[in-house]
Amino acid sequence: MQRAGVRCIFLCKGDRCMDTIVNAFPYLMEGLQVTLYIFAIAIVFGFLIGLVVALFRLAPLKILNWIAKIFVDAIRGTPFIVQLFFIYFGLNSLDFISLDSTTAGIVTVAINAGAYFSEIIRAGIQSIDKGQTEAARSLGLNSTQNMRYVILPQAFRRMLPTITNQAIISLKDTSLLSVIGVADLTQEGRIQASATFDAFNVYLILGIIYFVIIYLLSMLASFVERKFVLR
Amino acid sequence: MTMIRVENLKKSFGNLEVIKDMSTVVEEKEVICVIGPSGSGKSTFLRCLNRLEEITGGHVYIENVDITDPKVDINQIRQDVGMVFQQFNLFPHKSVLENVVLAPMKVKKSDRKASEQKAYELLDKVGLREKAKAYPGELSGGQKQRVAIARALAMDPKIMLFDEPTSALDPEMVGDVLDVMKQLAREGMTMVVVTHEMGFAAEMGDRVLFIDGGYIVEENVPKELFGNPQHERTKAFLSKVL
Repeated sequence: MQRAGVRCIFLCKGDRCMDTIVNAFPYLMEGLQVTLYIFAIAIVFGFLIGLVVALFRLAPLKILNWIAKIFVDAIRGTPFIVQLFFIYFGLNSLDFISLDSTTAGIVTVAINAGAYFSEIIRAGIQSIDKGQTEAARSLGLNSTQNMRYVILPQAFRRMLPTITNQAIISLKDTSLLSVIGVADLTQEGRIQASATFDAFNVYLILGIIYFVIIYLLSMLASFVERKFVLR
Repeated sequence: MTMIRVENLKKSFGNLEVIKDMSTVVEEKEVICVIGPSGSGKSTFLRCLNRLEEITGGHVYIENVDITDPKVDINQIRQDVGMVFQQFNLFPHKSVLENVVLAPMKVKKSDRKASEQKAYELLDKVGLREKAKAYPGELSGGQKQRVAIARALAMDPKIMLFDEPTSALDPEMVGDVLDVMKQLAREGMTMVVVTHEMGFAAEMGDRVLFIDGGYIVEENVPKELFGNPQHERTKAFLSKVL
């Protein structure tokens, strides 16, 4: 009974809500760690995928444009859960591929976020005045230097609110990974809901945890936005 | 020495033929002013000189290098051809100093110390040393344009192209920018200036080109072109603007 001590702190021994909180909370925290771990890796890779696809989309080579467009259309045109099932069950049914559920989850979230990020980044790059590129190129910068030093730094500042928005959506999408058995926050919630017979309070707490994390994420984003505001 | 040679230049945007046939030569240290009604192709002409517009036909030679040759390293050519735009096009996310040192550091790979020293000299020249740490958004139009000139000069260009450099400025700012350009002309910079400032063209131009309808209609020393225009279209244009 190592939790007995914790229960005393809440001074509500016997109260059902507090019982649930006290019993379920440690498991939910473990799930939260898994969720944040998956989110952190997936969002970084998602962003890199998005950047590459956006540059493909804007490249002068038609074939690259097509690859980017097909990728974005395919991801945008299918539900997240179908993508998840395809990668976890579909790809795993092939002999030469073996993905555990966490890896499959990370891959799906990254690819999914990547498609949406690419559209955000493309729009951001295209929103920068053509005169910026002309000034940079007339100084002798090549197209890569122009992208790196002139266009992207300005574009990212403009994209930040939309990027935050997509990151929040992707964080919430990770809850769907519980379906393939990833021990994330939602999965732990489901287990605790049946273990404590108190679905009302467990899912209420689950919602509050997601809310707090996302709230902190938006606060971080608006801090970054203020710091890098265009002068 | 011939700095720019334009031979039968043609430029179309889709079906729209903006430059039909233009040929001219710019010698070293010459100041060429380009005038003409709006939509006549004078800005497009200027933008063909550093291939900011892809050239449809004819040839443009910068110091005897044909820049219409697809094998030419255009980034190398552009280092020698500075350009100043009507809308300034400063990089808003960089301070004045960073705007000026960017190209020398990234393109010429010169070190920060030397680049900054040079940048301060140029900012002195345009009278804006005290604004080095300011951002473009904090400057007036005239100040922005003078920074843009300093930024272009930081690459030590042999030719400077000016695309209506004073057209977006409040009247009281025009003088400061023209003064900087005059100083540059006196120092022997080869310049091609698209402008509506007839006073500047008359005072500083070694030659004036009058462009209309995709052709160089008339080309002469300013005294002759303004005082004794030969073509009807030149006369009609000058009677409206003078």
